[in-house]
Amino acid sequence: MGTSRMFGPRRVEKSLLQRFASLNWGIVLATILIATVGFAMLFSVADGQWDPWASRHMMRFGIALLLMLAIAVVDIRYWMALAYPAWFAGIVLLFAVEFIGDTGMGGQRWLDIGFMRLQPSELMKIAVVMAIARYYHGRTQLQSRSLKSLLVPALLLLIPFALVYRQPDLGTAIMIIAGGAATLFLAGVPAWIFVTGAVGVVPLAFAIWPFLNTYQQNRVLTFFNPESDPLGAGYQITQSKIALGSGGMTGKGFLEGTQSHLNFLPEMKTDFIFTVLVEEFGLVGATIVLGLYGIVLTYGLLIGIGCRNQFGRLLASGLAIALFLYVMINVGMVMGLLPVVGVPLPLISWGGSSMLTWMIAYGLILSVSVHRHVTIAPRGSGIV
Amino acid sequence: MAREGLRYQTYSRRALLLAGLQGVALGALGLRLYYLSIVNGEKYRLRADKNRISIRLIAPERGEIYDRNGEKLATNTQDLRALLVPEQTDQLEPTLAKVQQIIDLNDRRLSRIRRRISRQRKFVPVTLAQGLDWETFSRLNVEIPQLPGVMTDAGLSRLYPGGEAIAHLVGYMASPDEEDVYKSPLYQLPGFKIGKQGLERRYEALLRGASGTRRVEVNAVGREIRELPPREESIRGNDLHLTLDMTLQQYVMQELGEEAAGVVVMDVASGDVLAMASSPGYDPNEFTRGISNANWQALLKDPRAPLLNKSVSGQYPPGSTIKMVVALAALEQGLITPDTTYYCNGKHRLGDHTFHCWQNRGHGRLNMLEAIAKSCDVYFYEVAEKLDIDLIADMASRFGLGATFDMGVDGEKEGLLPTREWKRIFQQQSWQLGETLNVAIGQGAMLATPLQLAVMTARLASGRQISPRIVADMARDESYFAPLDVNPFHLETVQRTMEMVMEEGGTAHDYARRKSATKQAGKTGTAQVRRISLAERQAEGGVLENDELPWASRDHALFVGYAPAEAPQVAVSVIVQHGGGGSSVAAPLARRIMDKALEAYAPPGEVQA
Repeated sequence: MGTSRMFGPRRVEKSLLQRFASLNWGIVLATILIATVGFAMLFSVADGQWDPWASRHMMRFGIALLLMLAIAVVDIRYWMALAYPAWFAGIVLLFAVEFIGDTGMGGQRWLDIGFMRLQPSELMKIAVVMAIARYYHGRTQLQSRSLKSLLVPALLLLIPFALVYRQPDLGTAIMIIAGGAATLFLAGVPAWIFVTGAVGVVPLAFAIWPFLNTYQQNRVLTFFNPESDPLGAGYQITQSKIALGSGGMTGKGFLEGTQSHLNFLPEMKTDFIFTVLVEEFGLVGATIVLGLYGIVLTYGLLIGIGCRNQFGRLLASGLAIALFLYVMINVGMVMGLLPVVGVPLPLISWGGSSMLTWMIAYGLILSVSVHRHVTIAPRGSGIV
Repeated sequence: MAREGLRYQTYSRRALLLAGLQGVALGALGLRLYYLSIVNGEKYRLRADKNRISIRLIAPERGEIYDRNGEKLATNTQDLRALLVPEQTDQLEPTLAKVQQIIDLNDRRLSRIRRRISRQRKFVPVTLAQGLDWETFSRLNVEIPQLPGVMTDAGLSRLYPGGEAIAHLVGYMASPDEEDVYKSPLYQLPGFKIGKQGLERRYEALLRGASGTRRVEVNAVGREIRELPPREESIRGNDLHLTLDMTLQQYVMQELGEEAAGVVVMDVASGDVLAMASSPGYDPNEFTRGISNANWQALLKDPRAPLLNKSVSGQYPPGSTIKMVVALAALEQGLITPDTTYYCNGKHRLGDHTFHCWQNRGHGRLNMLEAIAKSCDVYFYEVAEKLDIDLIADMASRFGLGATFDMGVDGEKEGLLPTREWKRIFQQQSWQLGETLNVAIGQGAMLATPLQLAVMTARLASGRQISPRIVADMARDESYFAPLDVNPFHLETVQRTMEMVMEEGGTAHDYARRKSATKQAGKTGTAQVRRISLAERQAEGGVLENDELPWASRDHALFVGYAPAEAPQVAVSVIVQHGGGGSSVAAPLARRIMDKALEAYAPPGEVQA
């Protein structure tokens, strides 16, 4: 290890072409396949029409794919240098939403930036993981275990949480906490804190209950007893379960879903798109799609494990787990295992911000992979 | 490096732990989906089908009603309607307001629509308007995209081409009562009507037919997307064929004009009712469309009772038309012979009570034949003194009085045949001889309907137990026409007296009638509806004439008859309520009706389908 380490940093510098060559094409392929499922399902939701969703979804994906590849080949040290600025930029955007944002789906979430309506809370998830990874990159094992050094990450986590929760968007706020917490856990923060935190959620839930909106309370109540009000709040879950179950092993066939095409399902192009998929392609289709997500997750974690710098490790696995939580929560929600919190299914659900987030995140993961041999000094990369 | 290694160790251990947890969670999702789609797949498939498949009824086409010549009395006509499915509009009032710009909906109609909307399930269409003309219908169709929830529909509605003339008989259709709506799924179809009166109600099951079903795929708001075969077609209802002759019926109604009257014309041999008219009538089409409150109140308040079918429900004192039956009772008992004579001086005393003949100055001495021809009351007072009331009742019942015939017509009444037992039970008194005297001239407690009088006449004319029928599909065997248990010689005598009524010296002799015209037989009757006081009789002007009295106090004019006299084919009974004298009012009417009946007469047994 001795000599190679001395010359290491110089030797791992790669040309642009070399970096492309060393891309993890498995992730790229899986991403394209997942997005393709998304095109098909949006085509189906529009009753066999490319317009208005499938075609635009494809276009967005094309742009996002190029963005992902571009991010992937940019040196990881630039991204590390951008970690805190990105976090601040995210906070600024969240404030911007607070004052000039558009209202949609019961909360202020959107920022119109001309060519698209941006949802800053989505991008904030990446920024939080980046900032925490950046922070712990410069901490030793011992420092990581001390409670004192938890103060900064706690702020990095709680400020965006508070802003997103205020919008109000409980789903995304929870996702920010979950993604950040996973990164903290990987960074070596003592395990008892997480156990305490998990146990503490119950009293916390009771504490914040009075501050939730009626629609949020209803969703939670409905989750515990969906059949209590089959035509009201429980309608969505009940109809979703009927659609999922009636798909059987191989589904009713493409464009043949009755629950979806006859409008029994709610929010088909966004939150409940997985239901449309399972109704038409059955357990087999669901397994394939969940398998693709699993592959992407596994790649993400393996890239983290195979990376030689702590920032890259934490970034890759933190983002991989945070994004996979999306899949878990969305699918758990449509199956009636979790309350309806309004979390999209990555790359398949209609929505630009969600797709952009996923593709940027995987661009970063790929960048970690490309630059896995780069070692970075605790205080920073030195190239910025 | 050692520190880096430690950090890496912690990291990788924890990364694998999280990976494991995610794997477990993924497995849990897979199991959940397996549970939903494989273990409970069948249950959810059924629920998905229940969501999307709706069974809709197809209303059957109702059978039609025909007269004996195949003329339609009740038929179906295309009805253009506008319906509203409350579920498919979230702005009910603006939609109704827009509809009002095209169709004129009055406030009463609107409040009915709102009431129905609030009571029914939200996907059940409510009828906004029916009987639209083509212009309005097409305008509505053009505007449909701007009218959420509104649909148009071309259904069938009932039409009675005969209108007033057959209202009492055929009845009408109306929407089922609101409390009955759940009795049959058909009742929930928009605009579905059921027979509410008359033959329409009585033969509802036969006429209605059977509903069909079709399976349709519906979306979440209940809109029909497509039909899923197979479709089970509805079965058209059966037609109903009547013995009625619509031409004759119309003629009778026209002859009755504005009078309150009931007329029954029967085929003597078969008992087939050729005409059964009740005047004034009402338009059943108006009821089927939904009668306005004003018109309904007018019908209820009319003293001539347009809603009552007088030919079967009107019960009147038969007056002198009963005299043949009384004479037959006496002849059969051997109390008199046709040659038995009595002297009439216009009065008959019984105890301290005086019974009057209609002819104040008296008829002089006359035999039984003359007594009927001139309708002498005193002769029958004399007969009645010997004749027990129960014997009169027995003979009357042999001629169909006091009985109903269950023809399928609404409201058939029994009339009343007073007997000693009747008096004891219903009035807790014993029978007085004076009452027999009254009954013998068709007054007192005795009541009969025009139908019963027509049956009596047909039996007098044929000597057989003729009973009436109006529904031709109702098959009957010979036992209906058994000979009457009456001495044929006595019957012939009575028939002869009925001819004499129409001849010179008879009460219904008509100078205006052509010599060559068919010879008829009959009997007049004038039923008094008020008690004439002694003071009135002794007053200077004598008994008041009918035209001096208010309408409701005037006499009923009656006539029963048959023709041709020598080979009877048709029998008729006419009652003109408060019409005046039987000779002057009822007899001319009956003569014209009999002539018309014979002219348009189709021989029995050839009722056309």
